[in-house]
Amino acid sequence: MLHALQDSYGYVPQEAVPVLADELNLGRAEIHGVISFYHDFRKAPAGRHVLKICRAEACQSMGGNALAEATLRKLGIGWHDTTSNGTVTVEPVYCLGLCACAPAAMLDDRVAGRVDEARMDKLLNEAGA
Amino acid sequence: MKIYVPMDSAAKALGADEVADAVRREAASRGIDAQIIRNGTRGMVWLEPLVEIDQGQGRIGYGPVTPEDVPALLDGKLESLGPVDEIPWYARQTRLTFARCGVIDPLDLDDYRAHGGLAGLRRACGMSQAEIIKETTDSGLRGRGGAGFPTGIKWKTVMEASAEQKYIVCNADEGDSGTFADRMIMEGDPFTLIEGMAIAGLGVGATRGYVYLRSEYPDAIRVMNDAVRIARQEGVLGPDVLGSGKAFDMEIRMGAGAYVCGEETSLLNSLEGRRGVVRAKPPLPALEGFLGRPTVVNNVISLATIPVIFEKGAAYYSGLGIGRSRGTATLQIAGNIKYGGLFETAFGVTLGEVVNEIGGGTASGRPVKAVQVGGPLGAYMPVSKFDTPMGYEEFDQNGGLIGHAGLVVFDDTADMLQMARFALEFCAVESCGKCTPCRLGAVRGVETVDRIAGGDPAAVDLLTDLCETMKDGSLCALGGLTPMPVMSALTQFPDDFACHKEAAE
Repeated sequence: MLHALQDSYGYVPQEAVPVLADELNLGRAEIHGVISFYHDFRKAPAGRHVLKICRAEACQSMGGNALAEATLRKLGIGWHDTTSNGTVTVEPVYCLGLCACAPAAMLDDRVAGRVDEARMDKLLNEAGA
Repeated sequence: MKIYVPMDSAAKALGADEVADAVRREAASRGIDAQIIRNGTRGMVWLEPLVEIDQGQGRIGYGPVTPEDVPALLDGKLESLGPVDEIPWYARQTRLTFARCGVIDPLDLDDYRAHGGLAGLRRACGMSQAEIIKETTDSGLRGRGGAGFPTGIKWKTVMEASAEQKYIVCNADEGDSGTFADRMIMEGDPFTLIEGMAIAGLGVGATRGYVYLRSEYPDAIRVMNDAVRIARQEGVLGPDVLGSGKAFDMEIRMGAGAYVCGEETSLLNSLEGRRGVVRAKPPLPALEGFLGRPTVVNNVISLATIPVIFEKGAAYYSGLGIGRSRGTATLQIAGNIKYGGLFETAFGVTLGEVVNEIGGGTASGRPVKAVQVGGPLGAYMPVSKFDTPMGYEEFDQNGGLIGHAGLVVFDDTADMLQMARFALEFCAVESCGKCTPCRLGAVRGVETVDRIAGGDPAAVDLLTDLCETMKDGSLCALGGLTPMPVMSALTQFPDDFACHKEAAE
């Protein structure tokens, strides 16, 4: 249900909590607890595109940290932030299962491996950032 | 002419979709009658996108192929790798679980049957529950998710529990860095997981199954959903599995980005729509699992290995391996490595052989410093321990764990103090919060590592003590094993901790 809400609205609106609590015969605190537990569920809408950069060990071994820092610096934002023109939200992810072609990133549902600065610039360009 | 272009996400991440488009376009413009098949990956990730062309005389490989290479490829002017089956890296493997992965069209059930698929399930349909359990036990298969618990014993517990409803739950929350075997098999040969779950269902008397699949794997989710629909249409799943009169059906459930949900009891809570907090054991999930009913919770690779065991027989499978580690390990060679990918071979190959001979050393060309085996909760193994054979007990004796058999290689530029700090930081972010050693210990651990970095000599003892408490006092493996990478970094690479101290002095 929460996935469906996020698919439709892009985030899980606060207004949904009492509705869900009522439908499922659960307390509002319980619903809030579930939403806040998971990294995927957002309290506010994201940018038009979501860029996830892997921070896990395999990507670190191939310079993933430097890539992530450079990207955030270029965009002038921090983790979980959205660019001022509202196009891209950058989020950390811990492993995309692309560890043999690290470092990895994912723009919306599209994966990218062996990402260097040039490849990242291309991704950001496509996203309109 | 058949042209294979993988649709595995690692291949796509390296441009396989663009290559497939180019092949389609160029083939049409040349008037070539080509059938383009989007297969899984052969596991040789350094060659992806690996395109294969079959003109009736076997499959010839080319790779890595870029879209710009495609005209030359179709004109026969691109240098080939020769027959794919004869590429040494591929040929020297013992591919059982992954036998079909990269070979067949993942969603073509006829292709699956033609390559030995469903033979295991058909055999299981003619067996009693006790016979299915015995075959599984005799194979020596142990949980490939990391814990290494004997699969047959777990199934026996569930079989002997009496309940109106039992469940098979597949743990596909493959969150460990350096692991991708689950993703690869789900994208490249999804029917083998479905078949394995159906056999498990027949064995323990469960009629419903769930795959808990992480949301970070959108491609695997798509393929698995399609495969379940096809299997249902073709009577592999449903009220009458392969005409046996026995029922088994399953569905795919998506996670929501919580690492701890790979822990089985937290996974069950999440599957029930709750916060993914860990449950205290006992009761075992085998007796009180999903919705309080007896439940088999197995990893993807454990379940996906069941069909080949039933196809070839338990004796064949248990004939491979060393000591109490029977069968094959699906090694995932990753990180800073020249020839990375999935390599399936009998247990017993040494860590050094895997990293240096098979993996070809680091991608950067610099010396190897450490290999983290078994994910973020596994130990950092130094080069001095490279003679350790891949086996559950063998790794345990050397202060490590084999886990899901993922290996992440680091070159000599890695700072082990930072890696120890990262392990604790990760634990702090991903802790479910139920037990104190993990919830608070991880946060204090990060602070303590920072104190060591700042030159506080007393902090090393404090960190050691904290790790002991986390190890002994945590409910699940997240808190209990986070000390593993931290302490292995501290004890095996003391220089990285000492030089910070000296620098501060």
